[in-house]
Amino acid sequence: MSDHKLPLFEVFIRSRRGLDHKHVGSLHAQDHEAALGYARDVYTRRNEGVSIWVVKSEDIVASQEHEAESFYDPMDDKVYRHASFYEVPDEVKHM
Amino acid sequence: MKTHNSSIEHLQAEFDARIAEDAKIEPKDWMPAAYRKTLIRQISQHAHSEVIGMQPEGNWITRAPSLRRKAVLMAKVQDEAGHGLYLYSAAETLGMSRDQMIADLQSGKAKYSSIFNYPTLSWADIGAIGWLVDGAAIMNQVMLCRCSYGPYSRGMVRICKEESFHQRQGFEIMLTLAQGSEEQKAMAQDALNRWWWPSLMMFGPPDSESANTEQSMAWRIKRQTNDELRQRFVDQTTPQADYLGLTIPDPDLKWDAEAGHYQFGEVDWDEFWQVVKGNGICNRDRIRQHVKAHEDGTWVREAAQAHAERKAAAAEAA
Repeated sequence: MSDHKLPLFEVFIRSRRGLDHKHVGSLHAQDHEAALGYARDVYTRRNEGVSIWVVKSEDIVASQEHEAESFYDPMDDKVYRHASFYEVPDEVKHM
Repeated sequence: MKTHNSSIEHLQAEFDARIAEDAKIEPKDWMPAAYRKTLIRQISQHAHSEVIGMQPEGNWITRAPSLRRKAVLMAKVQDEAGHGLYLYSAAETLGMSRDQMIADLQSGKAKYSSIFNYPTLSWADIGAIGWLVDGAAIMNQVMLCRCSYGPYSRGMVRICKEESFHQRQGFEIMLTLAQGSEEQKAMAQDALNRWWWPSLMMFGPPDSESANTEQSMAWRIKRQTNDELRQRFVDQTTPQADYLGLTIPDPDLKWDAEAGHYQFGEVDWDEFWQVVKGNGICNRDRIRQHVKAHEDGTWVREAAQAHAERKAAAAEAA
C-alpha cells in the first residue's frame, strides 16, 4: 500500500492554553482520528502542545504569493490606519 | 464503578481551578451554563455595538471636511465592521448562531451600547466620538484582553491593536477645531457638552446597582468594576480636555490631591435607563436602518448562493 493514497492533513497546535493554534506541518493519515494520533506522535513528542487541530489539506484555500501585489494593493496607501500617522502633542498622555 | 471524571461536580471543580489559576477557557471545554450565557450576552452585545456604531459615524462620511478626513473616517468605520465580525465569530464558538444574534438585535431582545442612540449633529461630534467614545471603549477592551474566555480575549487583543488610531484621529479633529476660529472652538465645546455624560455611562451602572459585575469578576470575564474604569477614564481624559482648552460640563469636577483622582458629579442614571429601554433619541432609527440594510442585502446573499450552486453543478458536470 502506498502512503500517497492517504489524504494529506495540515496540523495546527495550541502550545499553551490561551494562545491561537499555529500551523506546524502536515502528514498523511487515513482519517481525521488517525491524523490526530499521528500528529500527537510526530509534533508533540516534547509536550509542544495542549490541543491539536487537523484539517484536510484539500479543504484549505490559500491566496497565492505571486498575486500578492495586486491582492494587497488596496492596503498599501492607507498609512492612516496606523496610530503613528497622527501627531499627539507631548503634553497629552494616555493616548 | 466511579464515573468520577464526567460528573458535574468534577467538571465544575476543573473549571473553577482553571479560572483560579488564570488559565483561559476554550470553546470545547466544559463550562457552567450561566458562564456561557453571560458570555453570549456580553459578546453579542459588544458585536452589535460595533455594527450599530457605524451608523452615527457613517452619517458624516459624505460630508467630511477634507479628503484626508474622509479617508480616515472610512477606514475607521470599516474597522468597526471588521470588529463586529470578530466578535460575532467569538460568540459563535459558544454555540450561538449568527442569524439568532441578528434576530435578537432587531427584535430588541439584545442590546448594544446606549451611546450610539445619540445623534451626530455636527462634524465635531466625529472628533468627540473618537476621543471620548473610543477612548472609553478602549479602556474597557484593554481590560477584556485578559478575559478568561480564550476566543473573546484573543479577539480583543486584535481589536485593541487595530483601534489604536481611532482615538488619536478623534483627538486630532478636536485639537484642530479647538485651535481654529471661535466658531470651530464652539463646535468642539458643544460636542464635548453632549458626549461627555453619555461617555461616562458607557461603563455601565454604578457597582452598587450592577447586577452582573460581581459574578463577571469572579469568572474573570471582567477584571475591573464599572466604577473603577469610569474613574480611570475621568482621570485620563480631564487633562486632555484641559490641553484642548475645552471645559468638561461638570461643575463638580475637581482634582482631589489626597486621593490622587478627580472627583466628579453624579451621572444621570434615569437618562441612562431611559435610553437602554429604547427611549433614546435614535433607538428606533438605528434598528430601522439595520433592518433595512439587512433586507436590502438579501439579493446579494441570494446571488452569492446561486453562484456557488451553479459553480458546483458545473464542476460536477465536467
